Amino acid sequence: MIAIIDYEAGNLTSVKRALDYLEIPGRITADAETIRGARGIIFPGVGAAGQAMRTLRRTGLDELLRERVTRGVPFLGLCLGSQIVLESTPENDTQGLGLIPGHCQRFHPDLTEAGLPINIPHMGWNAVRGTDRAPSLFAGIEEGAEFYFVHAYYPVPEAPYRLGSTEYGTSFCSVLGREGLWAVQFHPEKSGRPGLTLLENFNAYCREAR
Amino acid sequence: MLCKRIIPCLDVRDGRLTKGIKFAGNRDIGDPVATARAYYEQGADEIVFYDITASHERRDIMLDVVDRVASQIFIPFSVGGGIRSVEDMRSVLLSGAEKVSVNSAAVKDPDLIRRGAEAFGSQCVVLGMDVLRVEPTGDAPSGYEVVIHGGRRRMGMDALEWAREAERLGAGEICLNSIDADGTKDGYELNLTRMVADAVRIPVIASGGAGNPRHMVEAATTGRASAALIASIVHYGDYTIPGIKEEMRQSGVPVRMSW
Repeated sequence: MIAIIDYEAGNLTSVKRALDYLEIPGRITADAETIRGARGIIFPGVGAAGQAMRTLRRTGLDELLRERVTRGVPFLGLCLGSQIVLESTPENDTQGLGLIPGHCQRFHPDLTEAGLPINIPHMGWNAVRGTDRAPSLFAGIEEGAEFYFVHAYYPVPEAPYRLGSTEYGTSFCSVLGREGLWAVQFHPEKSGRPGLTLLENFNAYCREAR
Repeated sequence: MLCKRIIPCLDVRDGRLTKGIKFAGNRDIGDPVATARAYYEQGADEIVFYDITASHERRDIMLDVVDRVASQIFIPFSVGGGIRSVEDMRSVLLSGAEKVSVNSAAVKDPDLIRRGAEAFGSQCVVLGMDVLRVEPTGDAPSGYEVVIHGGRRRMGMDALEWAREAERLGAGEICLNSIDADGTKDGYELNLTRMVADAVRIPVIASGGAGNPRHMVEAATTGRASAALIASIVHYGDYTIPGIKEEMRQSGVPVRMSW
């Protein structure tokens, strides 16, 4: 079973629906025992960083997630999850889980694409490149495949943890982490076939890691 | 580089698909879930459902459609039509839609945009605007006026001002429908599209008037739209989504080509 972490941020059903469609057992949960019994953890991205971290600290889930990752349980952060795994983000001046060294940054309003000012948030489909550094997560996904993004902040991890990048006025890190501890800035559950393949790859990794 | 989106729009009434031409003479052409799935498999970047069910009591039928779509289609989709309250928004989002669009209700109660954005985030709230070209007046100095009820009622509001106000209130996106262009197949209202796209920093979806793939290219380039809504040109088989995207790609417009 894969635990989809419930941190009271709203609707988490889209990740669950994608797992159901792929016939991957998953459970939306905040229960420590259930999370300890999971063979993998997905941290979905909904809401604002400040509220998410407050809930994680209040419920003790922050410590539990660190412990599970330390024990080698596979972890996949999605969207906001790719910011929460870092040490800090300027969004609501928030300290993150610190699973991956680095911080976050907001898209600068002066950035342009094709000579026009960018919209913020970055919303829509964009290519993810350089993912040969995350081979087990991106197996069977073609280089430069597009994924669906919705975000105003982006992760800035330390160099060894940058596993894939995307262009939006600037080049930013859209895939980060290391083998078994990944985070992606996009929404694989909303990214069509490449996104579903990524979730399947994560599940396959969890099965083998066990 | 961010891709320009191609978004088929499905009009739904009582759980069945229709397509309004000039907002009249709707005819039933099938099951919305199967149609949405077909467009998903053909590379649609997003799907819009517009619920024209008249009776509020029958809205549960639409929620069931939304739920079934969300269980088999893994791209974003939005639902509009008859959304009047934060509770209406919540039920649609909980049924599995990413976004809700508000139109007439937001014109009557602009604060609905703010309440929706506060409750669910701006990215969930799309403002749908129906716009009519008019002689520039004190009420509509841009020469474009906001209308509701499918174009039947003029509101004495300037379209450009309303777009800016909606952005300020927290709308995440604007779906901009030209009543003049709608159903003509002569192309999007590019002047209007560009004017609004330049006035706000949220994405603008061009709507109304698509007749061939050149029109999507124009909306994305001259019109500076982030996305183009399409309906009859694909519903009746004149063009396919892969064909439209290929033409856009060849014209240098960034589009998603792998799905």
